[in-house]
Amino acid sequence: MSIMARHQIIEKNSILLVIGILLVVAIGGLVEITPLFYLKSTIEKVDGMRPYTPLELAGRNIYLREGCYLCHSQMIRPLRDEVERYGHYSLAAESMYDHPFQWGSKRTGPDLARVGGKYSDEWHVTHLSDPRSIVPQSVMPGYPYLAAELDYGTIAAHLRTSRAVGVPYTDEQIENAEADVRAQANPDDPGVKDLIKRYPKAVARNFDGNPAKVTEMDAVVAYLQMLGTLVDFKLYDDKANLR
Amino acid sequence: MARTISHKPVTLGEGGLSLVFAVTALLCLIGAAKAQDAPFAFHAYLGAAASIAAVFVIFNRYFARPLEPPPQEIDGKPNYHFGPVKFAALIAVFWGIAGMLVGVWIASELAWPALNLDLPWTSFGRLRPLHTSAVIFAFGGNVLLATSFYIVQKTCRTRIAGELAPWFVVLGYNFFIVIAGTGYLLGVTQAKEYAEPEWYADLWLTIVWVTYLLVFLGTLMKRKEPHIFVANWFFLAFIVTIAMLHLGNNPALPVSVFGSKSYIAWAGVQDAMFQWWYGHNAVGFFLTAGFLAIMYYFVPKRAERPIYSYRLSIVHFWALIFLYIWAGPHHLHYTALPDWAQTLGMTFSIMLWMPSWGGMINGLMTLSGAWDKLRTDPVLRMLVVSVAFYGMSTFEGPMMSIKVVNSLSHYTDWTIGHVHSGALGWVAFVSFGAIYCLVPWLWHRKGLYSLKLVNWHFWISTIGIVLYISAMWVSGILQGLMWRAYTALGFLEYSFIETVEAMHPFYVIRAMGGALFLIGTLIMTYNLWMTIRRGEAERALPRMALQPAE
Repeated sequence: MSIMARHQIIEKNSILLVIGILLVVAIGGLVEITPLFYLKSTIEKVDGMRPYTPLELAGRNIYLREGCYLCHSQMIRPLRDEVERYGHYSLAAESMYDHPFQWGSKRTGPDLARVGGKYSDEWHVTHLSDPRSIVPQSVMPGYPYLAAELDYGTIAAHLRTSRAVGVPYTDEQIENAEADVRAQANPDDPGVKDLIKRYPKAVARNFDGNPAKVTEMDAVVAYLQMLGTLVDFKLYDDKANLR
Repeated sequence: MARTISHKPVTLGEGGLSLVFAVTALLCLIGAAKAQDAPFAFHAYLGAAASIAAVFVIFNRYFARPLEPPPQEIDGKPNYHFGPVKFAALIAVFWGIAGMLVGVWIASELAWPALNLDLPWTSFGRLRPLHTSAVIFAFGGNVLLATSFYIVQKTCRTRIAGELAPWFVVLGYNFFIVIAGTGYLLGVTQAKEYAEPEWYADLWLTIVWVTYLLVFLGTLMKRKEPHIFVANWFFLAFIVTIAMLHLGNNPALPVSVFGSKSYIAWAGVQDAMFQWWYGHNAVGFFLTAGFLAIMYYFVPKRAERPIYSYRLSIVHFWALIFLYIWAGPHHLHYTALPDWAQTLGMTFSIMLWMPSWGGMINGLMTLSGAWDKLRTDPVLRMLVVSVAFYGMSTFEGPMMSIKVVNSLSHYTDWTIGHVHSGALGWVAFVSFGAIYCLVPWLWHRKGLYSLKLVNWHFWISTIGIVLYISAMWVSGILQGLMWRAYTALGFLEYSFIETVEAMHPFYVIRAMGGALFLIGTLIMTYNLWMTIRRGEAERALPRMALQPAE
């Protein structure tokens, strides 16, 4: 029983035991995670991806705060029924600016990866405030408190922090962050043109129907309405990205 | 620090910790004053209050304690330090009730959504992390602290390393729980499942966890037994690996050092892989390795039989910790994670079945020659049934990690059912068994107040589990099938909301199952309380009188 005898050496030395454990548990993660950072095929090359506008980012942070990811996924699998129900399967590139990712693990409610543009702003506002007034069988909580004013005083710092962890925000985008929040929530704002220049495909609307102020509802709806809309799948070439 | 009038020397721990806590209190007050958001200010005030209380307690303890530190041995027997063990065991029961109560509440919210009350702090999205963290990290974590500090002392036949350090670990860990839990209610979250606490809570946990490792290792190093007992291998793997996972999954950059919000370093597909590398091994090392350690001590002890196979312990230990780490990608089947990673995850998940069952066999077969005790000892029955549930869910897990099975089960309640057969059947039952053993031992009672109540607890909770997991099996498979059902004309047969509607009866049954499980826990609490209050004292050993008051 030589192996058993040798195991006694580890059993009698706590430091050897710790080192042994650390080596054994480190391998799996190293093999599975590190290649994802350098294998080029991990994230497809696509056109159209851009960082979130400041208002969308604020909306996304509310989405995180309320734990929406616990019931809604943002990851369409390449299965026939999912593609028919939700749209083109999700690409890794589509979440490359997501800190953290929001793929989710449970669909108590439907997938939201491509919910953008599926419903009107008014539908979203009513549904978020009182889900069962629109979908009687829904089990979603109501969020009437999203009518509160959005606190975006530190939004530039949010963009700057995002840039520090890898989101390619430009100096110009950071400088104009607050103005861009206001512009996106008000289609009549003179800054709308610059906003769209800075963030192609951004949509400026009065999302919550209340022109008086920028609310949390504005931000959440702006975020939901852009989900999955950035990549144009009429131009996307599946074959070029086979992996 | 100067010596006091009594010339009682201040230990390095007392002086150093007081100083550290005084500085922490100051930093927290500055943080509270400059806070950018209300939750951060609230947490800073909590931190300041806790730090000041800690300084006060250390001072009080200093003035109350005798001149000499507690002896390592009395009459040649180790002078065990069980104060922190008692605290962790009791607060585990408290958090267990709290976590299960929130669980029943949110299960009811899914059945009757009006219970969300349209308020931020009662909505499902904020309460669900409260439930998961309370049962996993607060209940499970305190059970692990209590049992690991008990087992490591007993099996090393030595007093735990450090005087204040074990207290720091137990109290500091529970402070982390309070920060994390109140944070969820206030909307402070990283939005990463089972890793929701924000950057400052993560930093605090890191300090506590490193101290935990040092205390545990320090105790192993001063052991009087030549061999390190098998349970301690598992505890050590649990502590080391959780530290690695915590650091890997949580590096984040705060927007401001005076605000709660941070952005995680990883993005998209890499973040997903990190997350489930962490998430699955929180299951593998927190909820499995740690609780297997409990099995390896309490099952042989309660059955009064040696562990079935020493060789099997060695093989299954190394195989389990090596294979578990690879299993994370099975949470990401058919996603945008590259196929090679998904395939690796699936392969290793299936292989994991073997060491898992190795552990189960080792636990169950330990009863050879003592099976009759299942009839008379409901505590042993609870321990054994927990191992059986462990076997069941570690078969179900590899099965669900097969890609074709996963294409149906993923995103559905089947996953929730699977988790709960492990969490309720295995983790909670083995914890209950351990607590039922520990309380009479720690409070020097002859036995439990009532074995009949243990029996009631066992059966009520078992029925609760069966209701819970069968409801989730049916609802999960039903929903998975409805999502992919096609009509004869080739159209999707059901709209999403029709599948939500179909879940209602199962959500009601699930809530009932959870409520039964909670009732069982309340019965246990009463039983433990009566054991401590009224239980017949153990024959007093002469050396008891010499033990310093805890």
